Amino acid sequence: MTTLDAHVHDLGMPGNPISTAVADSVALAGEKKTDLKAKDLKTDQEVRWCPGCGDYVILNAVQSFLPSLGIAREDMVIVSGIGCSSRFPYYMNTYGMHSIHGRAPAIATGLAASRPDLSVWVVTGDGDSLSIGGNHLIHALRRNVNMTILLFNNRIYGLTKGQYSPTSEVGKVTKSTPMGSIDAPFNPISLALGADATFVGRAMDSDRKGLTDVLRQAAEHQGTSLVEIYQNCNIFNDGAFELLKDPHTGTQWSIPLEQGKPLVFGPEGAACVVKDDFGGLRIAETNQVDADDIVVHDATRENPAYAFALSRLSSQDLRYTPMGVFRSVSKPTYDGMMTEQLDTAKVQQTADLNALLGGGETWTVGD
Amino acid sequence: MTASTPPIGAPNDDVSATAAHSATGGLVKSVVALDRVVIRLAGDSGDGMQLTGNRFTSETAAFGNDLSTLPNFPAEIRAPTGTLPGVSSFQLHFADHDIMTPGDAPDVLVAMNPAALKSNLSDLPGGGLLILDSDEFTPRNLAKVGYATNPLDDGSLQAWQTVPVPLTSMTLDALADSGLGKKEAERSKNMFTLGLLSWMYHRPTEGTIRFLERTFRRKPEIAAANIAAFRAGYNYGDTTEAFAVSYEIKPAPMAAGTYRNISGNQALALGIVAAGQRSGLPIFLGAYPITPASDILHELSKHKAFGIRTFQAEDEIAGIGAALGASFGGALGVTTTSGPGVALKAETIGLAVMTELPLLIVDVQRGGPSTGLPTKTEQSDLLQAMFGRNGEAPLPVIAPRSPGDCFDAAIEAVRIALTYRTPVMLLSDGYLANGAEPWAVPETASLPDLTGTVGFATGPNAASTDGTPEFHPYQRDPETLARAWAVPGTAGLQHRIGGLEKADGNGNISYDPANHDFMVRTRQAKIDGIAASIGPTDVEDPDGDATVAVIGWGSTYGPIGAACRRIRASGRKIAQIHLRHINPFPADLGEVLARYDRVVCPEMNLGQLALLLRAKFLVDVQSHTQVSGMPFRSAELAAVIQDAIDTTSTPAVPAGAAANGALQ
Repeated sequence: MTTLDAHVHDLGMPGNPISTAVADSVALAGEKKTDLKAKDLKTDQEVRWCPGCGDYVILNAVQSFLPSLGIAREDMVIVSGIGCSSRFPYYMNTYGMHSIHGRAPAIATGLAASRPDLSVWVVTGDGDSLSIGGNHLIHALRRNVNMTILLFNNRIYGLTKGQYSPTSEVGKVTKSTPMGSIDAPFNPISLALGADATFVGRAMDSDRKGLTDVLRQAAEHQGTSLVEIYQNCNIFNDGAFELLKDPHTGTQWSIPLEQGKPLVFGPEGAACVVKDDFGGLRIAETNQVDADDIVVHDATRENPAYAFALSRLSSQDLRYTPMGVFRSVSKPTYDGMMTEQLDTAKVQQTADLNALLGGGETWTVGD
Repeated sequence: MTASTPPIGAPNDDVSATAAHSATGGLVKSVVALDRVVIRLAGDSGDGMQLTGNRFTSETAAFGNDLSTLPNFPAEIRAPTGTLPGVSSFQLHFADHDIMTPGDAPDVLVAMNPAALKSNLSDLPGGGLLILDSDEFTPRNLAKVGYATNPLDDGSLQAWQTVPVPLTSMTLDALADSGLGKKEAERSKNMFTLGLLSWMYHRPTEGTIRFLERTFRRKPEIAAANIAAFRAGYNYGDTTEAFAVSYEIKPAPMAAGTYRNISGNQALALGIVAAGQRSGLPIFLGAYPITPASDILHELSKHKAFGIRTFQAEDEIAGIGAALGASFGGALGVTTTSGPGVALKAETIGLAVMTELPLLIVDVQRGGPSTGLPTKTEQSDLLQAMFGRNGEAPLPVIAPRSPGDCFDAAIEAVRIALTYRTPVMLLSDGYLANGAEPWAVPETASLPDLTGTVGFATGPNAASTDGTPEFHPYQRDPETLARAWAVPGTAGLQHRIGGLEKADGNGNISYDPANHDFMVRTRQAKIDGIAASIGPTDVEDPDGDATVAVIGWGSTYGPIGAACRRIRASGRKIAQIHLRHINPFPADLGEVLARYDRVVCPEMNLGQLALLLRAKFLVDVQSHTQVSGMPFRSAELAAVIQDAIDTTSTPAVPAGAAANGALQ
């Protein structure tokens, strides 16, 4: 890619991904303001999530941290699907589209691929992105279109009033599964890594610092970023993440992922992560292993197998849940490559409509 | 039947004397002039019939005949060799005058094997010329298709002028010194056949030789072999006693200009490129491969220099989703598909209706329902296009009438999409998509200028209750009812759109009953209002006093038009109406139809346009339908129309007029 890029620039024709029509109208609207405050991102719309919903905390965290990215609000677009979380765009004073169930990654792909100048975000839920929209999610991840996907995982269908979701634990008793659900859940992080996603992270709705930290890295990443946010639905699945939120059990069962640091966790660092005998990872007691055997976290490992092994440490009941950035690797973005192909084509051929229409074998009839 | 009316049969389209093929009997080669010929090439899918047909078409176009083609091939890429399901054919009609169809029946059938003979012979009228590859009529090949005896020997082909030619062995002889193996050399038999036909119909040969050199420039030995086979076929025709006659079909008079041969899919793709250039918007195509629409994706993928982005999506839904996302960002979103794909896209089309963004949806219709007949043609998606969505979700529907017309239809569809901020459905079909005709290359400057249809919002267009300037995304243009289109990146105009009902003006979510009623009616009114921009119904009635009208849409234009010529040649009168705009109809269509005693509507479905016309105008349309996967034959249509004319009695005093008179 670098060679192609250099080639285009050598010829003095750097890629201009935005059409003249768009550039002109953007220019007419005046100067962009990038020194935003959180309140600049609020809209006049009344927020209509249930009182106590985890979505409020996430909205506040996003509005507080976004200004620090230095992006004008008119350059941000939030695309969502259907579900409680997908109401998110209405509360953000950016451009937005509240689309249809499961399709947000596809819509955002078209937008991001044709407007690489924008900061494109997808807000989705576990039902939206992993059930009806599962196909679009994995394909967006493998393509590496430049966008950030926030997956609000509450392990339940909220807007349709309480059916089990593709992340609900086996045996979940809901209105549609009175005897308990019988299908195994997705682990969204494992799924994303299976699709070779270049950025995968996980955060907790109530952990402002941790959430902000992962969101910032996701936003700065070039390519598709997926952030799974554990989000409490206090109406239909209250306390789903209590094991990790409770100060006592949370320390015991969360594995904080810190770049360059040994994976030690639990009260007084009593537990740690080491390699198992089959190319994966396992939990060990820190005082039973050599310090050198404790795995040092490195999200930039090219091979997704390490991050995948990390994602497999946790069980359905959330014990041993790694929190933080699993993977962050650099690969060419889909939109970037698309723009380069257009630039290359423009160097190779002239965009002459008359020549195109009159191309091929022609014959002329005289008067 | 009026006794004085002469029978149908006229010196016009689709009616020409095949008897001209009878050999003169002498050894001296004679040349017979014909006004038109229909040739059908039929062979195994692996025999290269489509390529041969396309080359003959190019030669014919270069020679200056008018022409129309009908490729017909199985959905299977390569069915077992020599079997009936593996037969692929290509029909070409060319003439010294303007023609409208690929011909009802061939005058000449070339059958490369027994399967091709068996599946095509019934279409060849008695006396027609039948050329067979005699090498392929082996016991094994005959058994494959259930011939108990060899038709070459059993006298069953006596009704036709049958000329068995050892095409395979002569090709092998011609390539004996080429260094190619038997299998490879055999593949050139289609070029031998093309050479023979080129001699027989005085086609120019330089184009084919250039084509072969270009196609096989990396395999010069293959190029040389094909050219050798092509020349051998030509020389065989010139020297053999088997063919005493060759035929000349003079160039057709055409309006001055530069022409090229073009297929419907090609023309549609070029129309999209042109619409992008003429509107100044970048094109974004989101598509999933599907027969028979994929060639549009292929063609547009070649034109990146025009700033065209093509996205091969993971599925049909993502294809249209990405296109709509691109439209939101200020591109011209396009998605191309066939009927099954439209079914999958339905929900996103509804979102486009709700968000009122421009979007072009191309449906290259094929036989349905379900997977149906992927490679055959049909017009059965009209009602799906009109109504195949939840809720009241109107959208404009337009249809091209010929392969070349796909170019203009694409530009018109884009004009409507941009002007009215709406998804537009363009209904092509398999017959238009793969069929070809000469196309007068337009001057770019003569194409519609679409720059005025874009008009992105650049500033507030409303004010809040306290007077603060605001941007209201659902503020409408009073004339077109199009909403304001502000693209992301435009400072101060941030707004949210989506599938939930919008409040009139500010576009906030609204569950207000009165607002919903208003918005549903407004979306409908916007689409209905497009009629103001499309002009009155175009009626072709040279006599001006026909009492029967025939109305159609889409690819039936050719067969209906040819049928009308036959009707007029027989001394009868008929008015032809062919709709480009199906939703909305031209504003005067109801009045126009009311003028006729009878309205006949031929369609390749079970009467979908007829249903709309009856519902909308209370016109007792006579529906004539065919759903065989093949286009209408003009002779059959002519018979239907003639019957309608001959059985329509016009009372001296219309019943309504008499009643009115009594009241006065």
